[in-house]
Amino acid sequence: MPAVLANKPDLPGEINKYDFRNDERYVFKARKGLDRLIVAEISEMKGEPRWMRDFRLKALEIFESKPTPAWGGNIDVDFQDIYYYIKPTERQGRSWDEVPEEIKTTFDRLGIPDAEKKYLAGVKAQYESEVVYGSLREELSKQGVIFTDMDSALREHPDLVREYFSTIIPPSDNKFAALNSAVWSGGSFIYVPPGVKVEFPLQAYFRINAANMGQFERTLIIIDEGAYAHYVEGCTAPMYSTESLHSAVVEVIAKRGARVRYTTIQNWANNIYNLVTKRAMAYQDALVEWVDGNLGSRLTMKYPSVYMMEPGARGEILSVAFASAGQHQDAGAKVVHCAPHTSSRIVSKSISKNGGRSSYRGLVKIERGAKKSKSNVVCDALILDPQSRSDTYPYIELEEQDVMVGHEASVSRIGEEQLFYLTSRGLSEAEASTMIVSGFIEPLVRELPMEYAVEMNRLIQLQMEGTVG
Amino acid sequence: MRFIDVGSLSSSVDSRDGRAWTRDVLAVRDLHVSVAGKPILRGIDLVIRRGETHALMGPNGSGKSTLGLAILGHPAYEVTHGVVELNGENLLELEPHERARRGLFMAFQRPVTIPGVKMADFLRHAASNLRNPARKEGEELIPMRQFRKELRERMDQLRMDPDFARRYVNDGFSGGEMKRAEILQMAILRPKFAILDETDSGLDVDAVKLASQSIAEIGGREMGLLIITHHERLLEHNRPDFTHVILGGRIVETGGPELAEELYRHGYDRIRAQYPEAAALTAEPAGTKG
Repeated sequence: MPAVLANKPDLPGEINKYDFRNDERYVFKARKGLDRLIVAEISEMKGEPRWMRDFRLKALEIFESKPTPAWGGNIDVDFQDIYYYIKPTERQGRSWDEVPEEIKTTFDRLGIPDAEKKYLAGVKAQYESEVVYGSLREELSKQGVIFTDMDSALREHPDLVREYFSTIIPPSDNKFAALNSAVWSGGSFIYVPPGVKVEFPLQAYFRINAANMGQFERTLIIIDEGAYAHYVEGCTAPMYSTESLHSAVVEVIAKRGARVRYTTIQNWANNIYNLVTKRAMAYQDALVEWVDGNLGSRLTMKYPSVYMMEPGARGEILSVAFASAGQHQDAGAKVVHCAPHTSSRIVSKSISKNGGRSSYRGLVKIERGAKKSKSNVVCDALILDPQSRSDTYPYIELEEQDVMVGHEASVSRIGEEQLFYLTSRGLSEAEASTMIVSGFIEPLVRELPMEYAVEMNRLIQLQMEGTVG
Repeated sequence: MRFIDVGSLSSSVDSRDGRAWTRDVLAVRDLHVSVAGKPILRGIDLVIRRGETHALMGPNGSGKSTLGLAILGHPAYEVTHGVVELNGENLLELEPHERARRGLFMAFQRPVTIPGVKMADFLRHAASNLRNPARKEGEELIPMRQFRKELRERMDQLRMDPDFARRYVNDGFSGGEMKRAEILQMAILRPKFAILDETDSGLDVDAVKLASQSIAEIGGREMGLLIITHHERLLEHNRPDFTHVILGGRIVETGGPELAEELYRHGYDRIRAQYPEAAALTAEPAGTKG
């Protein structure tokens, strides 16, 4: 049975909704640490083709050769003190009944089966290293839509995987992309055939249960010409006294005229290092949207990117970061204009409270020849108390003159006059602060499907509780 | 029936229109208020019963807005001496939201913007608190459907565009829209006592007329009103029972509606001449408000 941890004094009760853990009963748990043997063992357990095994081992070398980034946040991870692979079940369930009871209970508590019934087109539930449950509405699979976990995709759609895998984020991209490439397990694989519109969201939920766990899912999304999909991911973990690591790689391809939206609501426990590489390629007239909500983790370093490869491609990145005590959210966005008549928009909102630190780090790059391209960046920071901190690191690289690039940044505090106005109407100070913060992030929340908007507002409320005396 | 002792002004039953009801009483006694260490109010005495309309007039810098903000509990307005009571309860010990939940309201001269917060959401929270003063954060709100209906009816009554409810609080509102939004809030929140701080300022003649009419239509007569104004038209539909003239942080004269008339016809020269000491205390640097 799941055991709820003792309440932590600095957190209000309900925030512990996600803070429960199961006993560790696994089919397989690799020993701690990272070396060639572990990597080879993971590949062997999965029965992978030789090219993937070689790819992993090469990536390990790259990981070992790269220094830990000195920029961003303070990455204090002992890579030998982490479990890189934990296999929770023998096989993936196709119905929830096939999922071991206590894992099923976990996802029940997180509301996944319920959401699946109500408004999702398909679900993947990953627990530790493997996807333990998967579903896709039948009419979608009949139309040729593939929504499966990455391991199954490698077995069942080897050609598609081999064609695109790591073409957007090679292991050499950065130290953590290399780490993921070496030890990846689970994650989603999505293919939507030309012209097919997936109306309801496809959702993946990532859950870390074990202490000192590393979760390294690998996601690849291919939206073919004129097709559409909305992928949503949620992430949680219980609180341990030691650190865990989440380091995903997400590659997205939007072909000509395609549209894809990728929504993340990350609410990791505050001991998790969340170091994720997410990148999309948008081809002619395609639109890629990242909607990124970062509430939990000790340190998040994540900069979803859109490379606009052909004329008419568009990229939009909306992100919200909430940093509280002991947290550093180093989040942002990258847009790279590689073709003329491309456009991008970045809206970033951050909130810092109780000594939390949030940073916006963003890149706008317009390559030579990308004439008539447009980019607009707006980043707003809200700081709730004098102990908290917010920084902005905007990088702009223009190799072309005939372009329009705008950048606005603001930093504000909750004003005494705003608080007084709301409290003079009967709102308590805490309620008033929460309302001001909710309003601040409204531009992002209104982009979310209703159910997620409700969840997001609720999470913000939980984060805000106890903020004001 | 509860009898409230308010000293010499002890009549607690109104029989003006043949009805009799318990009279809520807001009492201010010898109130001294400083802002940033500088004394602004120097001993205000004022008693308002529910159902009465009081006009508060005076030159700029005399302390009119200060009185309103101090009664509501603005943290920048430090009460150095005196009493503010509602039905005998000391309001000065209460937070602004507790005072609001006891039935106080102020229509602000310059309402602030709350970006991203819809009027309807804000008002639903506010109304839920006022109608259930013991409500804690996170507890149930007035049911959405019920509140929407009420809001729509009030907005119809005030001839406001229904779209207004979906706009962000005071964000991008014109001067007139802001003032009407304040009156709408007053209509929804139904306070016992409302202070209207220059609700006419920045409005054209027609807008002031509309505001005046609206205050009457939403039942201003059933509240205790303190109307801070320079403008006769705001009082057109809200004829004051009492007119107070504030100068140098004190109420120097109290009269009936004819006093308000005199002041907006002839200005404050007579008052200044008659109370030179108070006049000397009224700082009037351009652009500042008392």
